[in-house]
Amino acid sequence: MVKVTYIAADGTTTTVEGEAFSNVMQTALDNDVAGIVGECGGSMMCATCHCYVDEAWQGKTGARNDGEDDMLDCAAGEVKPNSRLSCQITLTPDLDGLVVHLPEAQY
Amino acid sequence: MDRIVIIGAGQGGLQAAISLRQEGYTGALTLIGGEAGLPYQRPPLSKAYLKSGDAAALRLRPESFYDKNAVELVTETWVDRIDRAGRVVHAGDRSFAYDHLILATGTRNLRPPIPGAERCLDLRTLADAQTLRTVLDSPKRCAVIGGGFIGLEFAAVARGLGHDVTVAEAAPRLMARVVSPEISSYFKDLHKRLGTVLHLGDPAAEVTGAGMVLKSGTEVAADIVLMAAGVVPNAELAGEAGLEVNNGVVVNDRLLTADPDISALGDCAVFPDPTTGRPVRLESVQAATDHARLIAKRLIKGEDMPYAAVPWFWSDQADAKLQIAGLAAPGDATHRRADGAIFRFADARLSAVETVNNARTHMQARKALAGPDVSRAALAAVDYDFAALA
Repeated sequence: MVKVTYIAADGTTTTVEGEAFSNVMQTALDNDVAGIVGECGGSMMCATCHCYVDEAWQGKTGARNDGEDDMLDCAAGEVKPNSRLSCQITLTPDLDGLVVHLPEAQY
Repeated sequence: MDRIVIIGAGQGGLQAAISLRQEGYTGALTLIGGEAGLPYQRPPLSKAYLKSGDAAALRLRPESFYDKNAVELVTETWVDRIDRAGRVVHAGDRSFAYDHLILATGTRNLRPPIPGAERCLDLRTLADAQTLRTVLDSPKRCAVIGGGFIGLEFAAVARGLGHDVTVAEAAPRLMARVVSPEISSYFKDLHKRLGTVLHLGDPAAEVTGAGMVLKSGTEVAADIVLMAAGVVPNAELAGEAGLEVNNGVVVNDRLLTADPDISALGDCAVFPDPTTGRPVRLESVQAATDHARLIAKRLIKGEDMPYAAVPWFWSDQADAKLQIAGLAAPGDATHRRADGAIFRFADARLSAVETVNNARTHMQARKALAGPDVSRAALAAVDYDFAALA
């Protein structure tokens, strides 16, 4: 299992255990974490699973995937350098302890 | 309001439950579904699931969600009747009283009246997809009736797995109902390149133990025949309850039926297109979930807003991601940009943009379509570059 902490825009912090090689969006939905919608189910067809990777983890989550920039352009929340679509962050074992921040709105 | 009942536990029905709780609804909430198990996503059934077989990945919310949010999920239950006067829904020997009822009954597969249709397999439910996966365990010759999204997504996956695939489509081009001739042609080339045999303008006339026979007389030998000829809305419950039905459950721009205690959403609902006012019924995740959010806001927050979301659709076929923003009528004019993006126009107004593997343009189009009308002249003046639009 891979531990992930979600910090909502209002500061609410939720830490859950995700399955290795699942992704940050699916783990949020599986654990009923509010603030991530994931409308298209991880097909990179929407931008409703937007998150901000905590600065301490940016090196490990890597760069955005092909096409992710384009979808993020239409995200409801402000897009920052550490913005990612959480469906595109795979929970590899080295991400154990990952912290992501959530935008105020997803649509 | 103390009792809300939702009929239909697909993505739209579940979203209604999620949104009602998010908006602060604290009363009783019942979600009635015909299938077994937890609500799941349908779009991947003809895409990722067909390849991976990972049913757990389809689940929309874990079991704990329903307890935590006090959503009473009633599965494998088909509603028989709506008693509008008594505000009660009857299902077998059970009944569910409501203050407000949300119809999210979706659609079912169309079965054209051709001999042997009962021999066909379907691809609509998880159970259908599981059956197909089992059948595709060994090399098969697959015949597909219908060259729309589902038939072509299946064809692409089946070819990818090494099966022989033949698609018969009644219309002269693929996905004729939803995309421009240019996009149809792109996908015709793609599927031919993949090795799929296409018969256009030549519908299946009969299904036999040996495969299918087309209208032209052509015989297609096949081990399995998939019926993917479109859907019909599940609107009988509403019709029998005296609500207006015309290609689906008719609602107004608030997604309310003529009965102020009954709303309808998603694939089963016919609503006024926000741009043109003409009645439309959309088969998409986007419409289902946006409808659900609007209904929840109206019921719980009293927000009296007309439905105004920009429609969008997608389809994955082999390495081609087709995305459609907006809604074009079949006769809308077409402009093909140099990079292949297709712009559709209803008279002078931009109605839709169709792209393949071009998420940037798709998202730009969704933004543009959400604003005031975009004219063809304005787009032409900037070489159809949204970024350069004033």
